Amino acid sequence: MMQLLRPVLILVGKDILLEWRSRDLVVSVLVFSLLIVIVFNFALNVTAQRVTVLAPGIIWVTFAFAATLAMNRSFVREMEQGGLDGLLLSPVSRDAIFLGKAFGSFLFMLSVEVALLPVFGVLLNFSVLSLTLVLTIALATLGFALVGTLFSAIAVQTRSREIMLPVLFFPVILPVIIAAVEASSASMGSESGVGLNRWLPLLAIFDALFLVICPWVFAVVVEE
Amino acid sequence: MNPVGDAIRVEGLEKSFGDWPVLWNLDLTLGWGQFLVLFGANGAGKSTLLRILSTQAKADAGTALVSGHDLRRNPQAVRSRVGVVAHRTFLYDDLTSLENLVYYGRLFGLKDPEKRAVEALSRLGMSRRSGYRLRSLSHGMQKRVAIARAILHQPPILMLDEPESGLDRGAVEMLKELLQEWTASGRSVVMTTHDIDLGFSLAGQVGLLAEGKIQRPGSSGTDGDAEFRRYVTTSLESNR
Repeated sequence: MMQLLRPVLILVGKDILLEWRSRDLVVSVLVFSLLIVIVFNFALNVTAQRVTVLAPGIIWVTFAFAATLAMNRSFVREMEQGGLDGLLLSPVSRDAIFLGKAFGSFLFMLSVEVALLPVFGVLLNFSVLSLTLVLTIALATLGFALVGTLFSAIAVQTRSREIMLPVLFFPVILPVIIAAVEASSASMGSESGVGLNRWLPLLAIFDALFLVICPWVFAVVVEE
Repeated sequence: MNPVGDAIRVEGLEKSFGDWPVLWNLDLTLGWGQFLVLFGANGAGKSTLLRILSTQAKADAGTALVSGHDLRRNPQAVRSRVGVVAHRTFLYDDLTSLENLVYYGRLFGLKDPEKRAVEALSRLGMSRRSGYRLRSLSHGMQKRVAIARAILHQPPILMLDEPESGLDRGAVEMLKELLQEWTASGRSVVMTTHDIDLGFSLAGQVGLLAEGKIQRPGSSGTDGDAEFRRYVTTSLESNR
């Protein structure tokens, strides 16, 4: 277990340090996300009666777009600086490399979402202090990170990498987005118990599936 | 302690890119403590061969044992026993030289990565610049850090793809000393270069990669290093 965990933590530490040094990704993702939510807020007129209908959609469209932006950079930085080759030349299992990159993206996305959530709460007028909402965000973000990391590794090897990632990412992640929207809606008060009982376990099942499949496909993809 | 047998043993290695065969039925044997320099025109397959031997690329056919480990069956064991200097540095611009090496030291599971990183940088004359971010260093200095990264885990086999490019004369002398020490201690080196003087001054063995195979003195209708040197020079010039 430590053999897997150690390189994962080394990779995450390196990614955090690199992001802290450059801060280019976190700033662009935050600005982009804020712009989306402001546009939605003006376009859709979110009233107290419609908040449970509109807010989950706005939140998850924003998070999904932000994830695409973040994932695009995940392997591009490695590729541009040759770090991916260096990483693949080290005696670290491909699973550990995948999980390290995915966990780094998960933490990055989570910190962006934590920063954005209070803004969503104020602009869309709903309470962010909900355990089920936090759980929904954590589970869906984990799914985003796992699928996004895999497709980022594939897309980065193509010429049209910026276009390729969303084309690959969204069809696969769509069930997670739908489950996240439904679970968020339930946690905001719409048909509470039923929605959560159905959609939260579904999110967990998707994550478990991705956790098994994505590292395996990644190992195949990076072997030339 | 190096394993029994050869440092590198390759038999019938083949690699094509589409319809273009780059390596064809290539055989290569390199013993411990030996230094092989490979010459070859652009596109002859020198980098491809090193990429295959260092597990960065897969061969289409053939068998290859590096440090006693099969490239296909046990690539992870091979990775821990080779140090690679390629055209790219494998380093991060926003980390310092020391941070880059400590990061790789940790990935290689070294016991005291900081100490080993300091030693490796010092060996390449980069101690004073160890705290500088990589992006602030010149190309030659980045190359020196890349060489330090390759020797960080003291691998028994070094694979260097034109390591002299971008280095000044002092750094090339430092590299020559380092590589001679490497082979003197029973470890092996494979290096590609276009610099015929450098290659012949360093190597115990020389080879010319042409038409997918390695030609050696004797095997190419030449006898002795001087004749082979002329043959290599003529071959490289005829490809200009």
